[in-house]
Amino acid sequence: MKYVALVYYQEQIINAMSEQQWQDLNQECIAGVERLSASGHYLAGQPLQPTETATTVRVRDGETLISDGPFAETKEQLAGFYLLEAHDLNEALQLASRIPPARLGSIEVRPTRELPPKAAPQKESGE
Amino acid sequence: MSSESAYLDRLYRDYSRRVQATLIRLLGDFELAEEAMQDAFVAAVQQWPVNGEPDNPQAWLIRTGYHCGVDQIRQRSTARRRAHLLLPIEEVLELDEATIEDDSLRLLFTCCHPSLSIEARIAMTLREMCGLTTEQVASALLMKPSTLAQRIVRAKRKIRDAHIPYAVPTHEELPERLPDVLKVIYLVFNEGYSRSTGSSVVDISLTQEAMRLGNELARLLPQGEVFGLMALMLLNDARRDARQDSGGELVTLDVQDRSLWHQEDIHNGIVWLQQALALTPTGYYTLQASIAAEHAQAIRAEQTDWGRIVRLYDALCRRFPSPILTLNRAVAIAMNGAPETGLALLDDIAHHPQISRYHLFHAAKADLLRRQGQREAARSAYQQALLLTNLDPEKRFLHRRLAELEAST
Repeated sequence: MKYVALVYYQEQIINAMSEQQWQDLNQECIAGVERLSASGHYLAGQPLQPTETATTVRVRDGETLISDGPFAETKEQLAGFYLLEAHDLNEALQLASRIPPARLGSIEVRPTRELPPKAAPQKESGE
Repeated sequence: MSSESAYLDRLYRDYSRRVQATLIRLLGDFELAEEAMQDAFVAAVQQWPVNGEPDNPQAWLIRTGYHCGVDQIRQRSTARRRAHLLLPIEEVLELDEATIEDDSLRLLFTCCHPSLSIEARIAMTLREMCGLTTEQVASALLMKPSTLAQRIVRAKRKIRDAHIPYAVPTHEELPERLPDVLKVIYLVFNEGYSRSTGSSVVDISLTQEAMRLGNELARLLPQGEVFGLMALMLLNDARRDARQDSGGELVTLDVQDRSLWHQEDIHNGIVWLQQALALTPTGYYTLQASIAAEHAQAIRAEQTDWGRIVRLYDALCRRFPSPILTLNRAVAIAMNGAPETGLALLDDIAHHPQISRYHLFHAAKADLLRRQGQREAARSAYQQALLLTNLDPEKRFLHRRLAELEAST
C-alpha cells in the first residue's frame, strides 16, 4: 500500500519561531527524510511555500476562474494531489485547470520550497 | 536647491514609470528595481546639469539603474543565488523603444494578475503603473498608508515567490487575460467616479488615472475592447458635473441638467466607440459604451432611444449573462413602453442571492412601480432599498423619493 501523509500546521506558530528554531525544524525534517529513505519507506515529499503564495483554480461552465488564496470551502475535502513542473505560475494554473476535478471542486496551486542544505555535522565537544 | 528638486520632479514625471518597468524586468525584483531607479535619478541630477542631458535620457537612466542594481546584488549575500537571473549588459544596451514599451505592458499584466486579490491589483496598478506614492494611493483609496503598504508588500512577495511571470500574454492567451486588466482599470475609474467630488482633500483623481492608463493601453495594445473601455469611461465622466446638485445630492440620469454634460468628452467617447465598433467581436465594454452613448446623445431624457438600449442589453445578457445586467435590461424594457414586462422580469430575479440584498434592485423596482402609480408597492420597495444601503447620499435620495410619494397622495 502507498499512503500520503499530509502536513498541516498553523502558520502563525511557524512565523513566531526564531530563525534558529526554524533552522532546527528544517534540519530535523532532513534527518527524518534520510531515516525514511534508509528504511525504504520514503517515495516523495516536498515542503510548500506559505498559503500567502496560493492561488485557487476552478472551472465552471468551461470557464477558468482564478482567485487569490487557498480554497476556503469547508464542504470540500482533499481528494488527491499532483506535483507539477511548470516554468511559471501561468503555466501551472493552465495545467491545473485541466485537472478534471477542477470542474467539481477547486485546485489549490502552491509553489514548493526546497529544504535548506543539510547542516555540516558538528564536532562533539570532548572528542 | 529648489530648482534642483523641480528638475528632479520633471525628470521623474517624464521617465520614472517606464524606467521602473524596464528595470523590474532586467533585475527581476520590484524592490531592487525601485531602489536602483532612485539611484539612477540621483546620478542624473548630479551629472546632467554639469555634462548636459544625454541624447537618450531614458536609456541612460535604465543603464545607470541597471548598473546600480547589479552592484546592489553583488553586495548582498544572496548574490550567487540571483546572479543567473541577470541579463548580460549587451542585452541591456540594446534597449529599443519597442522593448521599453513592452515592459510597461508586462508590468501592467503582472500588476493585474488574477492570482492577486482584486484589492492588491488596484493598489499595485496605482502604485507601479501610475507612479503614485504609497501615501497618494492610500489617500485616494481612503485607506491607512500602513495598511496599503502591507498589501503591496504581500503582493510583491507573491509575485516573487509564486513566480507570477513578468510577461505580455501571447496572442492566443490575450482574449483570456485582457479582461483582467480592463477590469482593474474600470474599477479604478469607478472608485473615483462613485466618490463625491469637492470633499476630496487629495488632488489624485482616480478617474483621470484610469483614463490615462486606458489611453496608454490603447496605444500599446490597440484592441477593440480597450477602445470600448475608453469610450465607456469618457461617456460616463462627461456627466460628472450633473450627477450631483449644488447641495451634493444625487441626481438621476432622467432629471440631470444635460447642459452640464461635457460635450467634448462625449464627442471623444463616441470617436473611441466608433474605433471599437470597427473591430470585431464587439465585447463587454464596447456594448456598455454603446448604451452610454445612447444616453449621451439624447438631448432630452424623453428622446432616449430605449428600443435600441433594449437591443444592446439583449446582446449583453446573451453573451455575458449576469443578474445585474438582467436587472438593467428589465428597467430598459419597462422604459421602452412595457412596464409590466419589466416588472415581471424583475420578479423573476428577485430571489437571486446577488440581487435580493442589492439596494439598487429595490430602488429600480420602486421607481417602476411609482411610474405605474402603484404607490403602496412602491413605498415598500423604497423602504426595502433603504434597509440595504449604508451610503448617505443614497439614503437621502430614497428618503426624498418616499417623501415625494407621500406628498402626491
